[in-house]
Amino acid sequence: MPKVGLFIPCYVDQLYPQVGLATLRVLRRLGIDVDFPEEQTCCGQPMANSGCAEYARPLAERFLKIFGKYDHVVAPSGSCVSMVRNHYAQWLEGKPDFDHLRTTTFELCEYLVDIARVVKVEGDFPRKVGLHMSCHGLRELRLGRSSEVMVKPFNKVRFLLGQLRGIELVELTRFDECCGFGGTFAVNEEAVSCLMGRDRIADHEKAGAEVIAGFDTSCLMHLDGLIRRQNKPLRVMHVAEILEGARLS
Amino acid sequence: MNSRDAILDSLRRNAPPVSPLPEAPTAITYADPEKQFAEAFGSVGGKFVRVASLAEVNTELGKFDSYTQAGKIASLIPDVGRANVDLAALKDPHQLEGLDIAIIAGEFGVAENGAVWVPGSTLGPHRAIFVVTQHLVLIVPAGQIVHNMQQAYDRIRLERPGFGIFISGPSKTADIEQALVMGAHGARSCSLFLVGSQAR
Amino acid sequence: MIGHAEKAAPFVADEQRVHWHDQALWFVRLKRDRQAESIPEWEALREAAAAIKAHTLSRIADYLEEFEHNASANGIQVHWARDGAEHNAIVHRILADRGFTRLVKSKSMLTEECHLNPYLEARGIEVTDTDLGERIVQLRHEPPSHIVLPAIHLKKEDIGELFHKELGTAEGASDPKYLTEAARSHLRQKFMAAQAGLTGVNFAIAETGGFVVCTNEGNADMGTSLPPVHIACMGIEKIVPRAQDLGIFLRLLARSATGQPVTTYTTHFHGPLSTPGGELHVVIVDNGRSAILGQETFRRSLSCIRCGACMNTCPVFRRSGGYSYGYTVPGPIGSLLAPLRDPRKFGSLPFASSLCGSCSDVCPVKIDLHHELYAFRQELVRQKVVPLSKRFAMAAMSAVLARPWAYRMAGSLMRGIVPRLPRAFGYGPWNAWGRQRELPPMPQQSFRDLIKKESK
Repeated sequence: MPKVGLFIPCYVDQLYPQVGLATLRVLRRLGIDVDFPEEQTCCGQPMANSGCAEYARPLAERFLKIFGKYDHVVAPSGSCVSMVRNHYAQWLEGKPDFDHLRTTTFELCEYLVDIARVVKVEGDFPRKVGLHMSCHGLRELRLGRSSEVMVKPFNKVRFLLGQLRGIELVELTRFDECCGFGGTFAVNEEAVSCLMGRDRIADHEKAGAEVIAGFDTSCLMHLDGLIRRQNKPLRVMHVAEILEGARLS
Repeated sequence: MNSRDAILDSLRRNAPPVSPLPEAPTAITYADPEKQFAEAFGSVGGKFVRVASLAEVNTELGKFDSYTQAGKIASLIPDVGRANVDLAALKDPHQLEGLDIAIIAGEFGVAENGAVWVPGSTLGPHRAIFVVTQHLVLIVPAGQIVHNMQQAYDRIRLERPGFGIFISGPSKTADIEQALVMGAHGARSCSLFLVGSQAR
Repeated sequence: MIGHAEKAAPFVADEQRVHWHDQALWFVRLKRDRQAESIPEWEALREAAAAIKAHTLSRIADYLEEFEHNASANGIQVHWARDGAEHNAIVHRILADRGFTRLVKSKSMLTEECHLNPYLEARGIEVTDTDLGERIVQLRHEPPSHIVLPAIHLKKEDIGELFHKELGTAEGASDPKYLTEAARSHLRQKFMAAQAGLTGVNFAIAETGGFVVCTNEGNADMGTSLPPVHIACMGIEKIVPRAQDLGIFLRLLARSATGQPVTTYTTHFHGPLSTPGGELHVVIVDNGRSAILGQETFRRSLSCIRCGACMNTCPVFRRSGGYSYGYTVPGPIGSLLAPLRDPRKFGSLPFASSLCGSCSDVCPVKIDLHHELYAFRQELVRQKVVPLSKRFAMAAMSAVLARPWAYRMAGSLMRGIVPRLPRAFGYGPWNAWGRQRELPPMPQQSFRDLIKKESK
């Protein structure tokens, strides 16, 4: 029985704990042996994103020390997992357990589909849902086909959510345009960031979405901030929260 | 050190380790390349006409307003078009100004994009003819449509020294609010006659 | 340094115009998608193009020498310029030696980079940009805002007004056909009167000693088939090994750039015009490119074929406009090329990106643009271009995050204090997040608090 280390991104831990709980529950209900190593804090993305590589290094090293021993590591975040898989090599290449860590750290949806081999999702979710395919998960982890790339269509998130009874995944005009969060970009280029976010929201609204579902809380946090400021009748939810009420097999 | 040597030296010093040239991917082919070519040529604003003979070209040309109303017509294809411009007598390409119709030969067409290869040697004494003319007419023999650009380059014999051009439809621009307008600086219209026995 | 965000502010403030600009470019992106979808081997083409470019860069000096040798055999005069200044001097000398004062130009981003036009104009040469979009911005005394669609930032009414003033078109007229017709007559006069034509180079072929220029308008052809002298300017990276390589690149270029299967004219020049006085000159320019070649992390940016697809797909470019980058080449590729040339002046550009990765996915030569932008941020920190305040903030954050107790404390403080702040305090001008967004709700308990209560 593989032991799974639950990696809860810093902002999920502090600001969206219910997403962490939902993730834990979804995994446990599948009979997965999940452990939450308390010493974890952050993957270092904010520092790395700002170009401050040397300030991200100690966090990467901590991460390896804490999570290297697990068979798998699962996180409810595409960007944090991309950090580990695609950017940690800069500091951790050659270190013991790194190759293992790099190949066994997963975002939740891909873990469910590829590793836990979930094929059936039974539950009710009678809502109109707009799927927000966050960029890191989409283009770095390839959780689905991005609109630019000419390959056979696939989408791991859609595969999971689409099975819920009553759910209507609405048709967006730009299904994978960036929401504008981009980490420090959200603050450094605040005007463009908000223009991008508002365009995403307008797209979901026009498509009739009641819920914007995503797998990266950072994007959802940015969209939610705009939604609440504008008082839009939309709700953001993490995929884990939606799957929490379902039976996966 | 002169600039040439300085640049080449800098490029050699900075060059990455050698990596190999790749194999070309297998390029698209079409069940009916002539049909595909006709569609592609039409989609880029060209007018495609299928005829059995050069004589038929003349008949068809007679149906074009641009032709019947043309003042000056030049033709590089004997017996096609009632040419009234003696290209050889022109001392200077500038004297082509005012040319309404130019009838030139295309060596082959490319199905994937409606492009026609025109070697410079077939453009007569003044190669500007294809771009100065108000309307361009291309005559291409049937059975000379390759599927794609990769095949095209297998076929082309570049004249060295010389000139060659792929022409795909009339001159155009979308520089004003992305509105497509035919006839930017070159030909306002481009008609292509595919001449010869019907394929298959 | 006036950064991207500041430069973008006027553009961004006009939300209607932003949407219009964004939609116009998104439409070009969609056209690109449709073309790409029609080619089953599209991804294999990209892969091949990337590999051809990588190979070429690894032997580029040899290929340039081969080109020079073969070009000379074709009667082409080859010149070499170390930098922009030398390039400009060479072009000027060719014209001045012959007493020429009237030059027509078709699009060349290289000549923009070298600031050729003002150099020539200061020396009494009349330079007419003949690409319609370029002519429009030239008449407005503006640089192009996009490398392929130079006037994409202008509405037809703006152009109508301009042409009324400069070309005598009817006041208030803005029909694109009418305006294009006016430009056609105006520019034909320039073509007819020109003494020399200058073009860029899309691809130079080592094997055959010639080069290819792609246009839709035919301006490169008009400008080089009438006047006897043709000057073609190319960056060293435009070289490709063989004619057959064009079969790959030409299948990708127009599809990526404008969503057309091919440009109207794809002209192959292998020698001068066969009129008396016919000459063909090629100016090969380095201007910092060989230095970029030496940088392992960024050398792939030299593969760029200047298609502009990255700009069309970039959600930031579409909403901030080309001028916000302040450089000849804007958008994602420009955000690399500019700071490579001058990190201090253009240090904000790699940060003018959400790193969404769309650019990398559309790039026909598979430059990993967003990864290079990420890597460049580290360069800027290393070179201390990123201000101390930002670096310090990150150092502090790192120190907190490395210590679980400090992190937990900071977290509970934040969650405790922020909800209790009066709104004016929480959403002051210091809070960029809060300008247009609500702060995230601060829960009483963190995940690690909650998990303690969670049954196994």
